[in-house]
Amino acid sequence: MKIELTSNQSKRKDSFEAFVKKEIAPHADQFDRDEKIPIEIIKKVIGHDYAGMLLPDDHGNNNCDMITYGLLCEEIGKASASLLSVITVHGMVCQSLLKWGSSLQKEYWLPKLAKGDVIGAFALTEPHIGSDAKNVGTSAVFSNGSYTLSGRKRWISCGQLADIFLIIAQCDGKPTTFLIEKDQPGLSILPIQGMMGFKSAMLAELQLDRCTVREEHLVGRLGFGFSHVGMTALNHGRYCIAWGGVGIAQACLDASLDYSAKRKQFGTYLKDHQLIKRMIADMVTNIKAARLLCYHAGYLNETADPDLIMETSIAKYFASKIAVKAANSAVQIHGANGCSSKFPVERYMRDAKILEIIEGSNEIQQLIISDYAY
Amino acid sequence: MKTDEIKADIKKFLSKYIKKTELEDDMELFTSRLINSLFAMQLVLYLEKQYQIKVENEDLDIKNFNTINLITAFVERKI
Repeated sequence: MKIELTSNQSKRKDSFEAFVKKEIAPHADQFDRDEKIPIEIIKKVIGHDYAGMLLPDDHGNNNCDMITYGLLCEEIGKASASLLSVITVHGMVCQSLLKWGSSLQKEYWLPKLAKGDVIGAFALTEPHIGSDAKNVGTSAVFSNGSYTLSGRKRWISCGQLADIFLIIAQCDGKPTTFLIEKDQPGLSILPIQGMMGFKSAMLAELQLDRCTVREEHLVGRLGFGFSHVGMTALNHGRYCIAWGGVGIAQACLDASLDYSAKRKQFGTYLKDHQLIKRMIADMVTNIKAARLLCYHAGYLNETADPDLIMETSIAKYFASKIAVKAANSAVQIHGANGCSSKFPVERYMRDAKILEIIEGSNEIQQLIISDYAY
Repeated sequence: MKTDEIKADIKKFLSKYIKKTELEDDMELFTSRLINSLFAMQLVLYLEKQYQIKVENEDLDIKNFNTINLITAFVERKI
């Protein structure tokens, strides 16, 4: 068994790293303070074809494998977890439509999503529904060829920026997915601010007040909105977040190596203190383990193996957990400096925590993994 | 592939996930909640990989997936 990036994957990783180092990393702290990512940055991401990397080109060819996509998520996650979440939710919409969209929906939306002319976001969570996702309260009532949706969706990543939303609602008690444009009458978008982490992910609350759409806006079929359309989206989201966790953890390690090699206490560099060495050793080991889980999930996603669902869940669970551990250690190594916004590790810590909650909380992942084990 | 072979394959796959029950060909899988929504996508992936078929938008009907017999018939139509 050879676990090694191909030369093409290595080259693309280097190009992602160079892009992020130049265009994202220097500004990520400012994005966090402003609680938004400037549209110019989003356009640069789009301009590099990062928005629709997994969609087939005009000739039906896939130009990006899942490992390469994961490497992009890691590099972006290292610099800005918020930007990663924008790319993640856009990808969730892309993958859901690619798999379950009607011919008309695919023809109309996929080219626009691929080019980034349209940005997508995924709307499942509600004020009173999080983990119990199948029991969303947003309703969809069918009449005369149209569906009328009423309800609220909250904590929608990229909600302030998205042009279209994939929304899961109950239609006659059956979870069903709809694709709704941002300026559809009856849909209001309210910015959310003041989040602990992912501060520049431009979250929003969606209010659907008798928002009526034609039946062509239904994605998939009645009753398959969560089990098939939603799960396709969530699997993609978990995959991106798993790699993002590796990215944040790596950023924490890099910052800790740098800091501990420059700062002295008791006449000795921090890196030579044994308790610091212990924290570094744990970070290194956990990151390697998480990355291997991500590679495995990537391979299974690439080969469309049925085990991809479970292995992606495992990767997300572990990577988000070790990202939090790495961030805790990084802040500890930095001491009081680690609690200051002048050092990026305090942002990494806030962002890492969010990973344990989104795309299915880690408790849900534990239930999934445990049920699979029996 | 013969019907019996397909049926045996599918039963073997399902048995990995439904361990406590002796599976019968007409046992309702989804409507009886023997399997959950997480498994639904695993079943799609398995059928696509094993039989080189594509499960598409228009195939999303519980009548294609709710029993071993129905899944077998669905696969035979798609092959």
